[in-house]
Amino acid sequence: MTSNSLVYLIALPLFGSAVLLLAGRRSDRWGHLLATALSAGSFGIGLMQFSQMLSRSNEQRAVSQKLFSWISVGSFEVDAGLMLDQLSICFVLLITGVGTLIHIYSIAYMSHDHDRRRFFAFLNFFIAAMLLLVLGDSYLNLYVGWEGVGLASYLLIGFWNQKPTYATAAKKAFIANRVGDMGLSLAIMIAFATLGTVSFAGVKEHASQASTGALTAIGIMLLVAATGKSAQFPLQSWLGDAMAGPTPVSALIHAATMVTAGVYLITRSNFIFDAAPTAQLCVAIIGAITLLFGAVIGMAKDDIKKALAASTMSQIGYMVLGAGLGPAGYAFAIMHLLTHGFFKAGMFLGAGSVMHGMDDEVNMRRYGGLSKFMPITFATFGLGYLAIIGVPPFAGFYSKDKIIEVAFNAGGIKGITLGVAALLGAAITAFYMTRVVILTFAGSKRWDDKAHPHESPFLMWGPMALLALGSVTSGFLFTHGDALRNWLAPVVEQIPAHEGELLSPMIVSILALVLVVLGVSLAVIKYFLNEVPETVPENVTIFTKLARRDLLQDAFNEAAFMRPGQSLTRALVKTDVAVIDGAVRGIARLASGSGKALRTTQTGFVRSYAMWILLGAIALIAAIWMVTL
Amino acid sequence: MNAANYLYVSALLFTIGAIGVVVRRNAIVVFMCVELMLNAANLAFVTFARINGNLEGQVVAFFTMVVAACEVVVGLAIIVTIYRSRRSASVDDASLLKR
Amino acid sequence: MISLAINVGQTQTPEAVLFWVLGPLAVLAALGMLLVKKAVHSALLLAWVMITLAIFYIAQDAAFLGIVQIVVYTGAVMMLFLFILMLVGVDSADSLTETIRGLRPIAIVAAIGFGGLMISLLDRATLGRQLVGLAAANEAGNVQGLAGLLFSKYVWPFEIVSALLITAALGAMVLAHNHRVIARPTQRDLATARFRSGSLSTAAGLPGPGVYALHNAVDVPALLPDGSASEASISATLKARGDVIDSRPFQLKELEEDK
Repeated sequence: MTSNSLVYLIALPLFGSAVLLLAGRRSDRWGHLLATALSAGSFGIGLMQFSQMLSRSNEQRAVSQKLFSWISVGSFEVDAGLMLDQLSICFVLLITGVGTLIHIYSIAYMSHDHDRRRFFAFLNFFIAAMLLLVLGDSYLNLYVGWEGVGLASYLLIGFWNQKPTYATAAKKAFIANRVGDMGLSLAIMIAFATLGTVSFAGVKEHASQASTGALTAIGIMLLVAATGKSAQFPLQSWLGDAMAGPTPVSALIHAATMVTAGVYLITRSNFIFDAAPTAQLCVAIIGAITLLFGAVIGMAKDDIKKALAASTMSQIGYMVLGAGLGPAGYAFAIMHLLTHGFFKAGMFLGAGSVMHGMDDEVNMRRYGGLSKFMPITFATFGLGYLAIIGVPPFAGFYSKDKIIEVAFNAGGIKGITLGVAALLGAAITAFYMTRVVILTFAGSKRWDDKAHPHESPFLMWGPMALLALGSVTSGFLFTHGDALRNWLAPVVEQIPAHEGELLSPMIVSILALVLVVLGVSLAVIKYFLNEVPETVPENVTIFTKLARRDLLQDAFNEAAFMRPGQSLTRALVKTDVAVIDGAVRGIARLASGSGKALRTTQTGFVRSYAMWILLGAIALIAAIWMVTL
Repeated sequence: MNAANYLYVSALLFTIGAIGVVVRRNAIVVFMCVELMLNAANLAFVTFARINGNLEGQVVAFFTMVVAACEVVVGLAIIVTIYRSRRSASVDDASLLKR
Repeated sequence: MISLAINVGQTQTPEAVLFWVLGPLAVLAALGMLLVKKAVHSALLLAWVMITLAIFYIAQDAAFLGIVQIVVYTGAVMMLFLFILMLVGVDSADSLTETIRGLRPIAIVAAIGFGGLMISLLDRATLGRQLVGLAAANEAGNVQGLAGLLFSKYVWPFEIVSALLITAALGAMVLAHNHRVIARPTQRDLATARFRSGSLSTAAGLPGPGVYALHNAVDVPALLPDGSASEASISATLKARGDVIDSRPFQLKELEEDK
């Protein structure tokens, strides 16, 4: 099936971005409204497509649109084409829906920033790029969107680039993403070299003929790409610093949408990973490591946004784990992605609301007792909190428990290890999220008298409320009658549920709940019943110290890559100076030296030149004389 | 007498002309030495024509004369021009190529 | 290659006499041209060499070339040389001292080597056939034979050479054309310049040559009132040539005797 309206999904926000950037200050007064309207328009088209999709039978739901023939080199043909199937539509609705809410939120949040128009231009650009990422019908089209969101992320993290640390954070995010991007481009190249095509349909068709080794290589490279974009171990270090961007950006890009692109990529490439078990196992392991990694870091952060960022990292770890569990887990990974999109975006917006009321203070140790002053923020944040720690019947309960369950059922040592890791992560999540909520909203006030906490305007709490609603209901909606699983079935091939389940769903839920209660109680004891010091306590375990420093990831990167890189560069400079420049200068010196020597023969006197001619003639005659001897 | 003797005379005249070009400094004398060398070559051509019994050598000598005439006309014009700007007919004075 | 002394055939005795008389004279004249100091003498010696060559041409059955050699070379080309000498080079007598260090010995050694090699090569050369002579080729006459070749086989080179000749003539005209950039100074300008120059000694003009009533040739310097000769009265060209006659003998001695 084809549809001609797919392109407008992307074109509307792209147009908005172009208008806002080109019109300049002239559009300061109405630019944000245009951007929000266009984003909403895109959402409307998404909804329309969704309703049309619902009206068709399961096999007919995917639609595509060929825009133009992009690359045509011999047998290598790439069309700039769009494809909307059951997987893409989830993302389209999430991106445009949450994106529109965040546009609305930003109108109020950024109202005092005189660069608000530029901010909206970038936001619109991001929406367009992200839509291209999820709508592209080939890896190459996806790559364009992939780079586009990377650029948007860079621009928005460094939006307040007058602060050098923010600009550095943007650069760090960009560079870490480049490492991942290299993985994606390598994956595309390997796919082209071995399969001769880069479109999803073509790769899926030819994947069965390719060797497992090639598929594993593609899978590993795709995983590298995913770790970069989704802040997974070992490329996760940029996400914490990315919180330098305005809070709506953190909510939209670094919680709900862009960072989940890796999960999308893995799910989209399910045919590769299903045929390459080694790569799939790597995905699961990376996910498990990251979910613990992020959770541990989250326990130690005092910056509310950084704590939430660590939590994002951890939750995406769950998704990647789910995607790494194969056909059994794809649907739950996507489900967790969607629910996470709601509750984490809602919590970020809540955090933004708190900062808005507290003069941009981000240190949780200087909050406390804010529930009285910001009841709506507290309510929406609290609903998101209940969702993320997995309290039934909130969204996280459905999605996260399913991933834990699938992990346990993966079989053997692998299943037990991954399952235990996921369970442990759930407990830690409960602990640190409780910590965030208590430090922010409960207890006694620890802020200066200068701060005047107040509730945010409707434009801000409206989107928060809608997202909170999503946090409450989405899990139930998705799981009711296995709705999302059946919906996604044509894209990610399903296998029938395990016959010999290691643990039944009921036992998993109970185990998880017990651990969550444990985590919550620990946090309550430590932070609610005891006094919270306003300054950061120094007499803590080495474990906490490490967690505060992001488990030494930055130090490791610096020692393993930056310093050797610097040494390499220095060595290259020396080589350049000594060998290459030396050779060049040597040749030059040879030329100039011989020139100087030969210059003495150039007297400028015609007669001496005539003499040379005569000598030449003599040499010629002498040669004739010799050969005729 | 051996007809080849003309060739020896030709060689000697040519050599003398060559020395003159190198040694003399007056541009006009240098030119005359060049003419001497051309004439020496012409003598050789004429002698060859006689030895070989056909007139082609003489035709070549004839062409040489025409070309030599051209060369003299242009060369002397150059000398006049140089003299006009440098007030000198010495080839050593026109040594600007050095700088 | 087989080394054979060339013996391309003997010539008649009168030609041998001619050769042995004129040949050495031509070489000597050429050497003299190399050695004399004045360019005019060089030109005259060269003219002699060319006439000798013309005679050689005629002796070798090249009557046309011999005549052309005299008319074109000795007549036209040498005339041109002398004309240019008059124009520019009268005062440019070469000092035979060498200015480029080491050039002369190198040139002499090189020339000896060059000549030696040439003669040694000629000694060893074989021309492959006996002297044929031009009796057959010149049967219809030398000029007719040459014309036959020039206008058939060599007509194309002939045309090209004629084009070259025209081009050369045009080139010489272009080169010799003197485009005046500033106006020629008028007599008034010259007079002003004389008065404005540093001293007024030449303001009234230079003295004319000659000693009044006794000897007024242009090569005799005028006598100043104190009896000395005035160098300024002689043309620079004559001075350069060295053609200046002492004017002392023409002084009026009677005045002294009267005292």
